[in-house]
Amino acid sequence: MNKNADNKGQPENDASAYHHLEAENLPPHSHHDEETLSEIDVQAYWRANVKVLVVLLSIWAFVSFGCGVLFSDWLDQFSIGGFPLGFWFTQQGTMLCFVAIIFIYHIWMKKIERAHGVDDDDNGSDIDSGAQS
Amino acid sequence: MSAQTLSFIFVGLSFALYIGIAIWSRVGSTKDFYVAGGGVHPVINGMATAADWMSAASFLSVAGILAFTGRDGAVYLVGWTGGYVLLALLLAPYLRKFGRFTVPEFIGDRYYSKLARVVAVVCLIFISFTYIAGQMRGVGIVFSRFLEVEIETGVVIGMAIVFCYAVLGGMKGITYTQVAQYCVLIFAFMVPAIFMSIMWTDNPIPQLGLGDKLNDGSGLSVLQKLDQVTTELGFNTYTVGTRSTIDTLAIAAALMIGTAGLPHVIVRFFTVPKVSDARKSAGYALVFICIMYTTIPAVAAFSRLNLTESVNEVAYSEAPAWIEKWENTGLIAWKDKNGDGIMQYRPGHAFSPTKPVFTEARGTYGERVISNELTSSANEIYVDRDIMVMANPEIARLPNWVIALVAAGAVAAALSTAAGLLLVISSSVAHDLMKRTFMPDISDKKELLFARLAAVVAILIAGWFGINPPAFVAQVVAFAFGMAAASLFPPIVMGIFSKRINRSGAVAGMLVGLSSTLAYIVFFNFVSPQLNNPEHWFLGISPTGIGTLGAALNVAVATLVSRFTPAPPPEVLDMIDDIRIPAGAGVAHEH
Repeated sequence: MNKNADNKGQPENDASAYHHLEAENLPPHSHHDEETLSEIDVQAYWRANVKVLVVLLSIWAFVSFGCGVLFSDWLDQFSIGGFPLGFWFTQQGTMLCFVAIIFIYHIWMKKIERAHGVDDDDNGSDIDSGAQS
Repeated sequence: MSAQTLSFIFVGLSFALYIGIAIWSRVGSTKDFYVAGGGVHPVINGMATAADWMSAASFLSVAGILAFTGRDGAVYLVGWTGGYVLLALLLAPYLRKFGRFTVPEFIGDRYYSKLARVVAVVCLIFISFTYIAGQMRGVGIVFSRFLEVEIETGVVIGMAIVFCYAVLGGMKGITYTQVAQYCVLIFAFMVPAIFMSIMWTDNPIPQLGLGDKLNDGSGLSVLQKLDQVTTELGFNTYTVGTRSTIDTLAIAAALMIGTAGLPHVIVRFFTVPKVSDARKSAGYALVFICIMYTTIPAVAAFSRLNLTESVNEVAYSEAPAWIEKWENTGLIAWKDKNGDGIMQYRPGHAFSPTKPVFTEARGTYGERVISNELTSSANEIYVDRDIMVMANPEIARLPNWVIALVAAGAVAAALSTAAGLLLVISSSVAHDLMKRTFMPDISDKKELLFARLAAVVAILIAGWFGINPPAFVAQVVAFAFGMAAASLFPPIVMGIFSKRINRSGAVAGMLVGLSSTLAYIVFFNFVSPQLNNPEHWFLGISPTGIGTLGAALNVAVATLVSRFTPAPPPEVLDMIDDIRIPAGAGVAHEH
């Protein structure tokens, strides 16, 4: 797992490919053990996480403050399903986008976590990490 | 059967269901009481979160506000749902990894300070009280209508029921009860919406019906008709906004940040098994919420059409029965200004003060006589916005069982939220304040006793505010969101994403954020309500939106103070590193 250091700075697609490759070649192991996570893994994971947040929160802000308020009136010149588009955004559209953002986040993060070996798969509620006590 | 008898049966049955579930899943330990043992499936948790969060304000008040303000009201929809994105992305996974019971615990540990924890408890109590006051008003409206009593009596009945109900069980009982409550409230909200949508457009899906053409052969769409009706009577055009852009932005931001900072919602994410489940759970919660929230605009539009049609230019003597019934609760009033015996529904307040003050007497047509001064407006009708959803089935002449269903749904909405809030208040007082700050040696039993005492005090205070509400339910609730935005959200997010924010910064930030926001709200709503208009607002931001500035102030103060005081100790930095990675999250536990 610690060889993930090689992934530092690479796009996460490569990282995930690497992870699958490695998982095929290694015997089953618990990659959730805190000791196996190197400082570099964690840092790379955190950077990828922050990148996801910046991208998704930008979309969130654009939809809610942009489509919902700032250019809502301008969008009214278009129409969707009988609604002026800007009005539709304020009444329904923004909410649908919010739902989509959260599920995209969930899937994207899952992928990143697997790639960096910090995911919580098979981590039943009976496993207790000492770090919290 | 009459609507009243049916309401008794429906509300009674739903209660039997909730109490049955509460008994079936009785709590055995303090841990069960607070977080349901950490073993709740994300879909179940999402549904419970949705019920927890969708309050009487969502059920009763938002559609009413939208019906009367049109596009302006939509900021509540965007604000309240948008907060879930912040919650899912910035808070839920990390707080789940942190794995404790309460929000003050996180703040206390992250900022290695008892003071920070106490300040967080104070913020939390202010937020939860304001929020719960809105719920009491909502419960009061429901009971006053179906028991046909004054609104004050309704609030007192509601207090008694919430008391019995919420002090019974803890989080575990509440989680499964809230799932049942979600089902009741969503069904109760959708049925009249579908009926009304079919009535006006033949389209059984209200979300689509709102954009559809009317079925009266006029060729107009619902929205065109609404614009036409509102403009003709001199109201603001329904689909055109009138609020200033800056205020709309501020309110939307305050509601979003506030949603993410609400302690009783955050605590929900302690109850899922895994960190990734916390994210999923927030997503499911929003799906369940959006089922209702995308229906609200349709309900608002149809009810505005219904109301105008059945009230305006109709003789009082021929008025539908619901008008008299709501008049008896004191939430509708009519004064025949021009002496023609016909009700005129126009813009502006019919009298001053806005809320009717009734005398014992009855007028020429049997209406309740009011002692308010009259305004010069041609409007003769006072309609409390909060009654719209409750009155809808009657206005639309739907069958009695729909009316009863809506009563049960509204009670479910108010109860589920009130119970969640009471739990948060009592756990903060008993656990954070007593057990972890002042009396570390108390037994589990004593802790539970303190928890229940705190709930009682909370209900009494909330009841008082329910009888003397400072604003409409949704607005009272919006103040709670403003305070949550200004006080709790910033220290939690900064605590996760910054390693530099320290004890002094966080405490100073919370205090400045909460006090400035609270002062602004109190000043404009209680001290000088006559100044409560855009001319006097700071930067044109209303008290509802001021939480945004409060949050910004909080961040600024916290950053500045942290810069000039020592950095957090190494063990806190380790803790931050630990909560940043999802692997290795155990069950939520105490120490």
